[in-house]
Amino acid sequence: MIAKEFEYRRPTTLAEATQTLAEHPGLAMILAGGTDLVAWLRDDVIAPDLVVDIKDIPDLSEIKVVDDELHIGSLVTFTDLIESETIHEHVPLLAEMSETVASPGIRNRATMVGNICSAVPSCDAGPVLLVYDTTVHLTGPNGDRSVDINDWFTGLRETALTDDEVVTHLTLKLRKHGGVYVKLMRYAGEDLAQAAVGIAAYPDNEYRVAFGAVAPTPIRSARIENTLHGNELDDDLVARTVAMVPDEISPITDMRATAAYRTHMTAVMLKRGLWAARQRLDGTGPAYGARLV
Amino acid sequence: MNLELKVNGEQWVLDVAAADVLLDVLREQVGTKSPKVGCERGDCGSCTILMDGRSVRSCLVLAVEAEGHDIVTVEGISYEGMSQLQDLFISNNSFQCGFCAPGIVLSATELLELNPNPSRHDVQEALAGNLCRCTGYEPIIDAVLAAGQGQGETP
Ligand code: FES
Ligand code: FES
Repeated sequence: MIAKEFEYRRPTTLAEATQTLAEHPGLAMILAGGTDLVAWLRDDVIAPDLVVDIKDIPDLSEIKVVDDELHIGSLVTFTDLIESETIHEHVPLLAEMSETVASPGIRNRATMVGNICSAVPSCDAGPVLLVYDTTVHLTGPNGDRSVDINDWFTGLRETALTDDEVVTHLTLKLRKHGGVYVKLMRYAGEDLAQAAVGIAAYPDNEYRVAFGAVAPTPIRSARIENTLHGNELDDDLVARTVAMVPDEISPITDMRATAAYRTHMTAVMLKRGLWAARQRLDGTGPAYGARLV
Repeated sequence: MNLELKVNGEQWVLDVAAADVLLDVLREQVGTKSPKVGCERGDCGSCTILMDGRSVRSCLVLAVEAEGHDIVTVEGISYEGMSQLQDLFISNNSFQCGFCAPGIVLSATELLELNPNPSRHDVQEALAGNLCRCTGYEPIIDAVLAAGQGQGETP
């Protein structure tokens, strides 16, 4: 049961949605898949006066390639990503990540954009979107704007989204790469990340490295990326980057893991992930979907 | 507010509040008691229903969101007697207390619809979000594998 009553609207255009949000500053919440929202409503974590369901707005469920960009609408679910040929062809890492999200019953409803809007530290989409040139596209009463994914996560459960804006879609620049998402869970099947590492290896020894669940937000490590940059991967280089992990992350101890365990395993996952990403760039290495821990 | 809901092929007109959760409306107003109230936070799968053929946690859906969608519960797939899958659950003694059974029947029904010949790994993945506190899962997995076409080895 949800204790507090609220009003429910289901706009059919983006303009109607943003206008409704603007009329209720700070009092309205956007509903897409609802897997976080309804749980938070029940737990009284949030108590909006108005819930704005965006599922009737057309064109927000698209996955398509336009020129050299992958376009993912804000209503695209994790199941959509897993089942999309386009995703498997262009950015199979998104499918690899999606398969680790909760269980099918959640993935059938939960959207990837909702995942980065909820912005919990362990959000699986965060460390993956951070290793691509990802742009978040928003619309509000004053028109459209876009936010670089690197500026998206502003704090614990906080993002660059303002009260009267709706995310319409994400775009990812398509480049040749090998990607990896390594997620540590207490047991196989269904769990939040205890720690997670997202890596993309690009040609000419360019790397992007991001971490999840080991800081208040998903984070990238410029120091590790710069150390890798331009150098052929070898055991010595991997060892040097792995040694930087404790200084780059700030994990907490909670019921799911201790900070020490998270730190230790993040280093292990970075080591395995770097090699796997490098090999996948060359078309070798473990198939996408293989678990590295 | 008025809500038109299609449950197991029947059209219902219900009076609900925006804050009413689909699980509660199905149980209290429609009277379908097979979706169970477990964790009410998406973790256990006992409230699983099929929405347009896909498994969904009805504890995380507002009733008003379900308008225009096809809702199916275990009652709905058993009108004409048990499905082959349900018979196999019985012959494998898959369940003990049965609290998890409706959710598992529907999750496995979805799996077999999408993938008629699942491997053991596929079955484990499909049921990973359905907790069972009694059986240790093995007799459940065996029954789903037996319902598959082959005996479920990864091709
Ligand atoms: S009651 Fe819905 S998942 Fe547990
Ligand atoms: S049979 Fe009792 S919970 Fe599964």
